[in-house]
Amino acid sequence: MSTEIVREAENRRDFALIAEWVQPKSKVLDLGCGDGSLLAFLRDKLEVKGYGVDKDDANLLACISNGISVIQMDLEAGLAGFDSLSFDYVVLSQTLQAMVNTEGVLREMLRVGKQGIITFPNFGYWRHRIQLMAGHMPVSDNLPHQWYNTPNLHLCTIDDFEALCAKMNIRITDRIVINEGDTVSFMPNLLGSLAIYRFEQAAWPISY
Amino acid sequence: MQDSSSVGIVAPQTAHFQQPLTLKSGEVLPAFDIIYETYGALNSTRSNAVLICHALSGNHHAAGKHQEDDKHPGWWDNLIGPGRPLDTNKFFVIALNNLGGCHGSTGPASINPATGKPWGSQFPMVTVEDWVASQARLLDYLGIEQLAAVVGGSLGGMQALQWTLDFPDRVRHALVIASAPNLTAQNVAFNEVARQAIMTDPEFFDGDYYEHDTVPRRGLRIARMLGHITYLSDDAMGAKFGRKLRDGSLKYNFEVEFEMESYLRYQGDKFATAFDANSYLRMTKALDYFDPAFAHHGDLSLALSKAQADFLVVSFTSDWRFSPARSREIVKALLDNEFAVSYAEVTAAHGHDAFLMPDPHYHQILRTYLANINTGAGT
Repeated sequence: MSTEIVREAENRRDFALIAEWVQPKSKVLDLGCGDGSLLAFLRDKLEVKGYGVDKDDANLLACISNGISVIQMDLEAGLAGFDSLSFDYVVLSQTLQAMVNTEGVLREMLRVGKQGIITFPNFGYWRHRIQLMAGHMPVSDNLPHQWYNTPNLHLCTIDDFEALCAKMNIRITDRIVINEGDTVSFMPNLLGSLAIYRFEQAAWPISY
Repeated sequence: MQDSSSVGIVAPQTAHFQQPLTLKSGEVLPAFDIIYETYGALNSTRSNAVLICHALSGNHHAAGKHQEDDKHPGWWDNLIGPGRPLDTNKFFVIALNNLGGCHGSTGPASINPATGKPWGSQFPMVTVEDWVASQARLLDYLGIEQLAAVVGGSLGGMQALQWTLDFPDRVRHALVIASAPNLTAQNVAFNEVARQAIMTDPEFFDGDYYEHDTVPRRGLRIARMLGHITYLSDDAMGAKFGRKLRDGSLKYNFEVEFEMESYLRYQGDKFATAFDANSYLRMTKALDYFDPAFAHHGDLSLALSKAQADFLVVSFTSDWRFSPARSREIVKALLDNEFAVSYAEVTAAHGHDAFLMPDPHYHQILRTYLANINTGAGT
């Protein structure tokens, strides 16, 4: 029933990279899951047990149509209703920058999941910087909206995100930065347009 | 002209059961009748059956009309029919009147074989579990081993949930709509006021009013008026009636002045002539008793662990009688068990009654979910 979206998902480099970090038959929660294509992809590739969360009516219908278990709720209100550490991975794909409560969402991801996986557009990408220097808000494949109609609230660069992780005592286990489907290892904060991270809660140091 | 998406003219049937049914209370119904209707055709592999469970005042007449000139079709007609969300081209739909009801299944107004008189006050308490047990008997009678889905709203949703616990291998999907894992204290309180209205009616005669040739109409009327207040949201009432006056000006007496009063009196009167007070009392008690977690020290997740079905849970934002928070409790317990579950919180103004309304998005959710149900090669 979801072969079509899986076929489309095959072309998503970010999905393929996420799939490399996910254990077969594990349990995945996808926050802001859209039409459920990532979960359908992971289900078909890796037999994961997946659940999506989305607040949008159209996305809810798309997920149901695609045979994806979906819970309609607003992420901003937290993940009450999901037990602590009840998922192997909690995924937030291209959604963090649109959240009001950025820290709260990250905290909830690592309460409910043993690991978090996140993707976001890198605001520090050189094409974005050039547009800013030319006096305009950046518009690109990963930031397709104009400043006046964007859902994005909290855009950040790769360096900004890593600074927040450090502040929140989040340990980054993996990072891949890509541009137009290719992995970027040299000056990723300048040359990469999309960042993909896997991370987990580090133990807080014991203070005396 | 006949609407091509209607099931058309339907006729109820009655199944007789001679095998006694032991109820949760310990009492035994020696024999019983269940009246039911079916829509669509059972496929060759008998894998496309959907059971509809009714709510407090529902019955077996869920779709179509009994006669061409019936004023209204069945109570869930907007959902059921060829091409409708619960598509009778695909599914074989069964709707029945629950035990203790007053539309043809054995209930308080039926004759008690032991006395030759109506059961009246002697009719036992029936519970959601008892209904599910009797519904399973009906499926046996119809030769249906497993349901493609069980669907219910409100008290009907409780039966759908109970089905997955009592007969886990006989139901593949459960659609639990505008329901709750048990009643809140406030809900029990509303039910108790409704019951007191009936039981203190001088025409009630402790439930044996049939032999006195009376009907506790006043009590039932008030019970229904109270019910109606709780089925609608404050906003829906405000939008529909506001402070509108029936005759344009105040009369400074106790006749109907506000449209709201007119509506409640009309609904109350209509119901009091169409429904049996003893049935109403028992339906409210069944609501009060429902609590699958109770036997598991309040642990709903543990209580639901027996289920094997996939679930669709739907709530409505303005429903304060069975609020979205109560549906989310069910969803949480299903998630704890790692069951396949989808949850829709439908933005709707109609309050609890929204589950009966043809809201396009709500119906699209049901249509989409039901369309994905596999009924095998036999269709």
